[in-house]
Amino acid sequence: MSVEMAEIQKKNSIPPIQFGEEVSGAETLLRCLLLEQVEYIFGYPGGAVLPIYDSLYGSYFKHILTRHEQGAIHAADGYARATGKPGVCIATSGPGATNLVTGIATAQMDSVPLVCITGNVAQSLIGTDAFQEANITGITVPITKHSYFVRDVRDLPRIVKEAFHIATTGRPGPVLIDIPKDVANAIAPFTYPETVDVRGYRASVVPDDEEVQHFVTAIKAAKRPVIMAGGGIIAASADQELLAFAEKARIPVINTFMGLGGFPGVHELSLGMPGMHGNFTANQALLNADCVIGLGVRFDDRITMGRTKEFAPNARIVHVDIDPAELGKNVSTAVTVTGDVKSTLEKAIPLITACESEAWIRQLKDWQEKQPYKYKTDGDTLKPQAVIELLYRSTDGEAIVTTDVGQHQMWTAQYYKFKNARSFISSGGLGTMGFGFPAAIGAQIAHPERITIAVVGDGGFQMTNQELAIVSQYNIPVKVAIVNNQCLGMVRQWQELFYDNRYSQIDLTCSPDFVKLAEAYGVKGLRASTPQEAEAVWAEALAHDGPVVVDFRVAQEENVYPMVAAGNTLDQMELGDD
Amino acid sequence: MQQQTIAVLVNDYPGVLTRVSTLFGQRAFNIDSITVGGTEEAGLSRMIITTGGDDRQIDQLMKQLNKLIDVISVTNLSANSYVSRELALIKVSASPSQLAELNGIVEPFRAAIVDVGPTSLIVQVTGDTEKIDALLVLLQNYGVLELTRTGSVAMARSIVPATAAATV
Ligand SMILES: Cc1ncc(C[n+]2csc(CCOP(=O)(O)OP(=O)(O)O)c2C)c(N)n1
Repeated sequence: MSVEMAEIQKKNSIPPIQFGEEVSGAETLLRCLLLEQVEYIFGYPGGAVLPIYDSLYGSYFKHILTRHEQGAIHAADGYARATGKPGVCIATSGPGATNLVTGIATAQMDSVPLVCITGNVAQSLIGTDAFQEANITGITVPITKHSYFVRDVRDLPRIVKEAFHIATTGRPGPVLIDIPKDVANAIAPFTYPETVDVRGYRASVVPDDEEVQHFVTAIKAAKRPVIMAGGGIIAASADQELLAFAEKARIPVINTFMGLGGFPGVHELSLGMPGMHGNFTANQALLNADCVIGLGVRFDDRITMGRTKEFAPNARIVHVDIDPAELGKNVSTAVTVTGDVKSTLEKAIPLITACESEAWIRQLKDWQEKQPYKYKTDGDTLKPQAVIELLYRSTDGEAIVTTDVGQHQMWTAQYYKFKNARSFISSGGLGTMGFGFPAAIGAQIAHPERITIAVVGDGGFQMTNQELAIVSQYNIPVKVAIVNNQCLGMVRQWQELFYDNRYSQIDLTCSPDFVKLAEAYGVKGLRASTPQEAEAVWAEALAHDGPVVVDFRVAQEENVYPMVAAGNTLDQMELGDD
Repeated sequence: MQQQTIAVLVNDYPGVLTRVSTLFGQRAFNIDSITVGGTEEAGLSRMIITTGGDDRQIDQLMKQLNKLIDVISVTNLSANSYVSRELALIKVSASPSQLAELNGIVEPFRAAIVDVGPTSLIVQVTGDTEKIDALLVLLQNYGVLELTRTGSVAMARSIVPATAAATV
């Protein structure tokens, strides 16, 4: 046993972990998780995982019993995004396992490290359409980084070790371990490997010196350079390196949606978010740049608008990514670096010098002043954008903010100026409604000392609001800000703009009274319908030592602007009503 | 669009073929043919996959394949010279009296008649795709009752050092 393992054993496990002791598969699993320094498990029991839950009984683990498996996996995901550590969830076979599917796909699209443990029926029943049997490894093949079906209890330690390794290294992602009940019950001497060797899996992250040299040379020559920083900055914890690099090279920074917080939103070189609902300046920067430096981005179609030939038409594109398959996948590049952004920037910082970019920076500043995000205020009407501005002002950009999916998500990305990495948590790739609230629970658990706000729509909140039970049960002080426009706002916006105001199936006026709903779970509920009420109510929510649900009743007809309609290019931007 | 032959060395575990074929579907690539079998090393299988695509598409396909944890290596055999073979069994409508005539046709192809019945016989042929296609054209004059053919198995030629082949 290594010194480190011995240390963990001393600290964490009761009774102590003995190597060679005869234990069950369930016991083995939990011991492995302890040695992986897992602290929280989010899960839901059932027949096939009863051995695991039995071993959990009285153990060191902090287990959060969500009220739906989807809540468990999104909470594990929020925990992972807030910490960079892998999130762990457990579900039973069949329906428990399939309830994880949306959460697995969400994590896969946003490269979030998760280890998902599912039970399955005993191997003697596999393939017989047994009660609560589902082929979950088969179902999740396209949405996991990797998955395991455990056939023999003696393979379990190696598999757990590999699962954590694969989930957290290279481009992170979700890994599934499916454990049939007979394996969970089988007895074997406990072991845990200290090293992993997955043949054919290369998680090397350090780029070639030569590639870094090309990278630096390409950038030095630029007069109108712009960095497009994505989720890779956050995954690699490269925010400090990005700051140092951008300042030394004098290059303005665009943060993609997934990259928000990876560069301080209030920095003089910050341009904010580009793309469909990005700001004028960020998009102009892409249209006019002579060099676009993509760092940990995947040139998503919410930014390129799928018109990749017309994207950044005047620029040479330089692309750094840990996943070689992203290089050249969506856009044609002039220079590529295979590596994580942190080690690439570490190597590049000493080599880079300031670009002749001052005129360009002035031009961008000028655009920023002329075309900020804007909306009309209107007396007593509470505008959704004003709600987000209030959240920002009251927390000075320091809170962890999760969002659900829809208009409120875009307004949060626009009006909350994130200062720190891992403080903006949102389903970017899959766009999963129901994500925001449980993700906030995971993030809040990870950082009990920080303010965590879940900004949700009245639609999406109703997909996972049963998790109010756990914020109440464990007194998790998440502040839920419902941006309540009494409709499926983003759908309403598209129907208004592209379907001739034919508002089909978006009416949510028959939602529950959210204040009473919160109270029914023993959670404080508050409501605001005017800007004045919003200020007062929000101050009360922040002052309250525990979870709060605030129902912000906002103007229904508000749309998210700017907007580039699908099919258009970034220069065809609707700036909204003046 | 060019036909490309890709060799994928994989772990011989259950479900690996599903992972590979799912990737093709998920990423909108087409599999023209696929063969899988054992290799020189126990525990590994080699898949030979033929597919169509330009250089950029094939590059992307190889990179995506390489991301699968059970994939050990990916090689584009078409990037260099390689040997490829298919096997086909062709059931031809013919009576035993036509045996000699048919032998005359199949012999130049080094094919063989491996079964003879009262109204049909079976021809076995190995070779590259074009050769099999060519024989089929001739046999079609008699009436092809049934055809079954494998995908290609393929290997880089020895004169090309293994490292020179396009590998991810
Ligand atoms: C699970 C799921 N179902 C459907 C959608 C499609 N969708 C995207 S935004 C949206 C409306 C969201 O409405 P609401 O939660 O009230 O937020 P708002 O847009 O009003 O801020 C819908 C239905 C989705 N993203 N996720």
